[in-house]
Amino acid sequence: MRLLTHNMLSSNIKGVTNGFPLRIEIEKVVEKPVDFNPEFLRNMFPKIEWKALVNAARSMGYVELPEEVEPSTLYSEDFLHKFHHALLELHLEEGALVCPETGRRFPVSKGIPNMLLHEDEV
Amino acid sequence: MSSRIAQIRLVSSHPEVYEPCDDSFALVDALLADRTNLLQHQPTLCLELGCGSGYVITSLALIVGQAAHYIATDINPHAVKVTRETLEAHGVHAELINTNITSGLEKRLKGLVDVIVVNPPYVPTPEDEVGREGIASAWAGGENGRTVIDRILPVSDNLLSKKGWLYMVTLTENNPLQICLQMREKGYASRILVQRLTEEENLQIIKFWRDSDSQVAEKENKTVPAKVMESFLSQFHIFPFLRGSNNDSS
Repeated sequence: MRLLTHNMLSSNIKGVTNGFPLRIEIEKVVEKPVDFNPEFLRNMFPKIEWKALVNAARSMGYVELPEEVEPSTLYSEDFLHKFHHALLELHLEEGALVCPETGRRFPVSKGIPNMLLHEDEV
Repeated sequence: MSSRIAQIRLVSSHPEVYEPCDDSFALVDALLADRTNLLQHQPTLCLELGCGSGYVITSLALIVGQAAHYIATDINPHAVKVTRETLEAHGVHAELINTNITSGLEKRLKGLVDVIVVNPPYVPTPEDEVGREGIASAWAGGENGRTVIDRILPVSDNLLSKKGWLYMVTLTENNPLQICLQMREKGYASRILVQRLTEEENLQIIKFWRDSDSQVAEKENKTVPAKVMESFLSQFHIFPFLRGSNNDSS
C-alpha cells in the first residue's frame, strides 16, 4: 500500500466523525522504485492532505518532507523527488491502519488494506 | 501501434474469484475502442470497482499507461489477491483495497477520479443473494440485477472529477435506458460503446460523462434540448431490445 492510498482512506465505521488520517502500525515496509513523473506529481499535489502525508512518511522512517510547501516549491526537482518517494515508493506491506477515533484496526496484508466492516459497524 | 491488454494466460485465478468472461471482454473492448479519447483525457486517478481477476484494471493500466494512478477494490478478499498477481504478471501497478464498493474512500476521493470502470454484479437474483461471501458477490444483482448498480451510480457521481468518465457493463434486464435517463438527471450524457449478444446475455457497455447541456438544463429546470434527447434515444431505437422489459406494468 502506497502512502497515496493511505492519504485517500478514512475510517468508515458508522458514527465516526473524525476518521482521518488513519494511524499506521508497521510490521514491514518495502520500497519499490517507480518512474519519476513530475507532471503527475504536480497534478496530485492539490489532492493530497499534506500534513497527513508528512506524518505518515515520518512514521515509516522517512523524514525528508518539508512541513510547509510554497507554490514555487512544486518546480523544485529536489522537492519533487522527495514527494515522489514518499507518495509512491514507500509501501506498507504488513501492518495495520488504525481508526483515530475508535482504535479499530484495519489489517494490511501483502500490501492490501482490509476495510471491510463487521455487521455492527455498518 | 496496437495497444496491449491483459493476456489470459497471465491472469491469475482462484476457485472463489470470477474468471474473465464475455462481459469482461466486452468492457475491455469498449476501453480499446475509446483508447484515443482515453489517452487525450490524460487521467490522473483511475478506479475500478469490483476488480475480480484483475483482467480489466490490468488492461486499463496497459492501455492508458503508468502516468496515471490506479486503485481497484473488491469485497472478495481472494479477488484483490488474485488481481495483485495478475497486475504483477503484466508488470503494472494498481493499489488494491478489500472493501465494499468504495467504503473508506468516499470522503477523500470525492471529485478526484477521472475514470471509473465497473463490471457490476448485474444478474437478476433473489435479494438475499446480494453481497454474499465469495464468488457470488461477482454476479448476484438482486431485483432486475439493479441492487448493486443503484448503489454504484450515486457513489460514482460523488467520486468523479469534473472531467470524469464512467464505463459500466449492463444487461438488458437492468433496463439500461432507465439507467441513462436517471444519470441524465444528474447531468450526465451517455453513449453505448459496445453492445454484444452472447448465448445467454445481451450486454451493453455504457460510457457516462458530465455534459454541460444537461447540467444547464437541470439547473434552469428546463427540459433537455429536443435534438440532444433525440440523438440520445436513437441508440435505443437501433437496438430495440435495449428498451428493457418494463412493459409488464402497463
